[in-house]
Amino acid sequence: MGRYVARRLLQMIPVFIGSTLLIFSMMYALPGDPVAALYGEKQPDPAQIAAIKHQLGMDLPLWHQYWNYLIGLFQGDFGTQIATQRPVADVIEQAFPVTIRLTLFAFVFTVLVGVLLGMVSGLFADKAFDRIVLIFTLLLISIPSFVLGYLFQYLFAFQLDWLTPTVQDSRDIGQLLLPAIVLAALSLAYVTRLTRTSVAENLRADYIRTAIAKGLPRRRVVGIHLLRNSLIPVVTFLGTDIGALMAGAVVTEGIFNVHGVGNTIFEALNRREGSTVVGIATLIVIVYLVASLLVDLLYAVLDPRIRYD
Amino acid sequence: MRGAKTMQWSALAAAVALAATACGGSDGDGGSAAGKPAGYVSMFNGEPQHPLMPSNTNEKFGGYVIDALFTGLVGYDAKGGLVNMNAESVDTKDNKTWTVKLKKGWKFHDGTDVTAESYVKAWNWMANVKNKQANSYWFGDIKGYEDVHPEKGDPKKDEMSGLKVVDDQTFTIELSEPVPYFEYKLGYKTFTPLPESFYKDPKGFGQKPVGNGPYEFQKWTHNKLIQVKAVDSYKGSNKAKNKGIQFKNYSKLESAYQDALSGNLDLVDGVGPKDLPKRKADFGDRALDVPYAGTQSIVPAFYSKPFKDVDPKVIQGLSMAIDRKTITKTVLQGTRIPSKGFTPPQVKGYQKLDTDVLSYNPKKAKQYIEDGGGIPGNKIWIQYNADGGHKEWVTAVCNSITKATGVKCVGDSKPDFQTDLEGRQADKVKGMYRGGWLADYPLNINFMQDLYKTGASTNYGRFSDKKVDELFTKGDHADSLEASVKDYQAAEKELLKKMPSIPLWDYAANIVHGEDIDGVKVGFDGNVLITDITVK
Amino acid sequence: MDPQPDPSGADAKPAKGRSLWTDAWQDLRRNPMFVISAVLIVLLLTMVAFPGLFTSASPTVGDLTHHYQGEPRYTHFFGEDWFGYDTQGRSVWARMVHGARASVLVGVLVTLSVTLVGGIVGLVAGYFGGWLDSVLSRITDIFQGIPFLLGAMVVLTTFTKSNLWVVIAALLFLGWTQIARVARGSVITVKQSDYVHAAKSLGASTVRIMFRHIVPNALAPVVVVATTALGGYIAAEATLSYLGIGLAAPAVSWGVDVSNGKDALRTAPHILISPAVMVSLTVLAFIMLGDAVRNALDPKSR
Repeated sequence: MGRYVARRLLQMIPVFIGSTLLIFSMMYALPGDPVAALYGEKQPDPAQIAAIKHQLGMDLPLWHQYWNYLIGLFQGDFGTQIATQRPVADVIEQAFPVTIRLTLFAFVFTVLVGVLLGMVSGLFADKAFDRIVLIFTLLLISIPSFVLGYLFQYLFAFQLDWLTPTVQDSRDIGQLLLPAIVLAALSLAYVTRLTRTSVAENLRADYIRTAIAKGLPRRRVVGIHLLRNSLIPVVTFLGTDIGALMAGAVVTEGIFNVHGVGNTIFEALNRREGSTVVGIATLIVIVYLVASLLVDLLYAVLDPRIRYD
Repeated sequence: MRGAKTMQWSALAAAVALAATACGGSDGDGGSAAGKPAGYVSMFNGEPQHPLMPSNTNEKFGGYVIDALFTGLVGYDAKGGLVNMNAESVDTKDNKTWTVKLKKGWKFHDGTDVTAESYVKAWNWMANVKNKQANSYWFGDIKGYEDVHPEKGDPKKDEMSGLKVVDDQTFTIELSEPVPYFEYKLGYKTFTPLPESFYKDPKGFGQKPVGNGPYEFQKWTHNKLIQVKAVDSYKGSNKAKNKGIQFKNYSKLESAYQDALSGNLDLVDGVGPKDLPKRKADFGDRALDVPYAGTQSIVPAFYSKPFKDVDPKVIQGLSMAIDRKTITKTVLQGTRIPSKGFTPPQVKGYQKLDTDVLSYNPKKAKQYIEDGGGIPGNKIWIQYNADGGHKEWVTAVCNSITKATGVKCVGDSKPDFQTDLEGRQADKVKGMYRGGWLADYPLNINFMQDLYKTGASTNYGRFSDKKVDELFTKGDHADSLEASVKDYQAAEKELLKKMPSIPLWDYAANIVHGEDIDGVKVGFDGNVLITDITVK
Repeated sequence: MDPQPDPSGADAKPAKGRSLWTDAWQDLRRNPMFVISAVLIVLLLTMVAFPGLFTSASPTVGDLTHHYQGEPRYTHFFGEDWFGYDTQGRSVWARMVHGARASVLVGVLVTLSVTLVGGIVGLVAGYFGGWLDSVLSRITDIFQGIPFLLGAMVVLTTFTKSNLWVVIAALLFLGWTQIARVARGSVITVKQSDYVHAAKSLGASTVRIMFRHIVPNALAPVVVVATTALGGYIAAEATLSYLGIGLAAPAVSWGVDVSNGKDALRTAPHILISPAVMVSLTVLAFIMLGDAVRNALDPKSR
């Protein structure tokens, strides 16, 4: 067990290096020049550009730049933004907590509502409730998130006046509710459908029949055996989803004026602030890696047949 | 079984740890938004792209704050005329040597005096290539600029020979060439003084600037807000009529608009397309549209296939194929005013051109294009950046051209401004690009020189015409500002014959504000004059 | 239409194969969900192939005198102005019809390619385990870590033209990891089951076990995710267009139209709602089809 976790942690190293290298090269490949961007529409000043690039080490070949970046990272230095001259670590430190709050909120919402709806639907497959849930999830999936965002904003903030249309203070749960729901909508639909499918399938599985035949109480059968087995694909999905939720907040954060990672990465992309984009993306990768390790550990909890030795 | 038990515990512990890290960490918002001191005005703004330095700020969000904190030598009135601010007088006999006298008793916000030295030392620092200031090229007219800012390598000197301190209140500026309109340039925001304290920690200054303007810096919570407080002892004519300003950071105009609607924000100087048609209904007479000195145009790239060696008649024809009136009324929701020339009316030297090239006439348009020999491939492109809200009007202009003349016209969308600009700088524009100019200073010269002179810095269409260049040069060597403006007016008439670009429309600032404030006015650059705002 | 790989065993035992498929077909024909979705999809495909059957107006040429102040007139049945006009004075109905092509193609092609790529990766990783699984999982992790927007932007800006194929390539580039992980998890679960162990001990070949036992049994979650994702891809195309990095005018797509419509949301919501409804209907049709097919093919539901 301990050895398994250690091995997984070791495996994170190549992923970490691979993804940072990939993102780093991607930023490198994008057209546009972050230093020239300092001058807006005006023709930039070549002497100054050369000086700035030299100072930031941007006149080095790609591998060398990447190497410097990695060395910096290991010393806890995320680099400096080119335009604002702020340390990237500061920028990240400001944006991350906001997005993490939003994501966790969305995530909890997804798990609670999704699993519950999916369970009930699966247990009463093809009944009226199941149909209603199906239609509900279909609607959620079929409305693009920015449409949903605008519609919700319009409905709940303007027409009904229940909530502020934009987030003024991201520590206020009430204000985060709308963006979190919009952010969670798609994942919620996925989780509901996945749970429903696997519950409905497992209901027909032999071991359930056996358990019921043995005379175990239905609640115990459903609560322990069924849930345990049904949640494996759901857990897989959720593990992969948490990183996607964080990265996917761009649209939602934009609509609701949340100053989180999504907005930051979008602005940084537009200005070609490589170190900011790579820094944020790297952190998202780490979150994602940790989440997927947890998923695999949860496997063992949920499915005793899986052993990590 | 025991193994599985341990597993459960460790998984649980890990899950808890993950959740716990999420709750820790510092906070991104820095305080609640509700804390607006009495008498302050809160307005929409964004995060400045650079540290708050006059010589490094070249975009609107930072510009607002710089204008609040710093006051330069001169400013402009509503008609584009010059007004003395910190300067008692700016005089010249030959347009080459300028003598600046300062008003007495001006102070920086840290209590130190504003002297001639504060200006000269600051400008030498700003122009120095080592300090990498984005606006350093503004000092290019001054004698000795190439010593502190050579084309390549390190500066040879630390000071420009053209700047001399005479006494505490007086200094002289010698230019390398006479520039009759140099005083107009002096109104640009980079020509400000800096206090002595700046040189101790230039980097820290950008986060906590000390200026000499109508407001003093209070705080900057990144991505959230910048707050400035009115200075009671300020001596300038633009003394603040309110207690202070809160520049609140929004990522989207729409969000700001909604907050203004619900009374959480006093002023938004821009309206997103979604709210444009509703602005009057929502705000009544508190929704203003004020024209200012900014223009939009489409610019042929004279190296591209459709426009290589083109007859200007063809471009005149294309211009007449654009139904400016209808497009500004419908697609642009009345936020733009059809252009009457290459310069907007808010600048000195604006003239009424007697021409029909800028009015819609499908019949004539077709005729002109035919007479001019047509367009190779009968197809043109208009390059634009999708992140700037240009898609709608480009589509409409294209439709208008195709409808009127049968020339196929396609919008060439680039995902963002960076990509768009790189295409322009690398001469990769397929046909035309979206051009435009916002005034640096309210003078007609500013709308021609940088754009149409051979080899000029923003001449991405690579337009080059001997006669136009001659007229520009004549204007640059005129012996007075008036004469210079006149020469450029002649050049503008020549531009109409050569068509280096197709002027489309001039900008208007769309402003909505709350019931608590009054006296909202707009300067030539489209920015709200924040010092004039009164709080009820 | 559905991403079901043809069970290779079907050739080996034609009699059994045919009966599985004929059974499934019998099931399908009786399923109202399938009938509704099939009708919708046939309609859509007709729109994709012959938009001229539904509208005579041009989707790209507008007349600004019709600028969207022209409210929709639901009184005319199937006139060009039935759904009103958009910001450019173009017939919304014509754009709804012509937009089907891009959205349906993006959705279907991305789903197929993603399922294929992700499915193969997940199957191989889950079945063989060991170092192969490690390597594939690491690669999946690396791709999963790329922020969607960044990846899309890079792919779309490396190609000078952002046409349909580039959008599809970008979505595939970023989308296969999700399916791969779901497939892997599902294969691992199925691999533990008794019938696989039994087949192994009877000496069945790897290929046979994979395609006869593992694929059909592990397919359910993959099909669910894939059909659900189809809508996601159509929405993703819309999102990319909304952010200005997907399809761009003069291409006509529902995504482009939804992003046009958002600017008129407060005054003329029909411009946004019409293409959004089309997107929803399309997604709905494909998901219902996927569900129906899965139920019919699932041996456990008999």
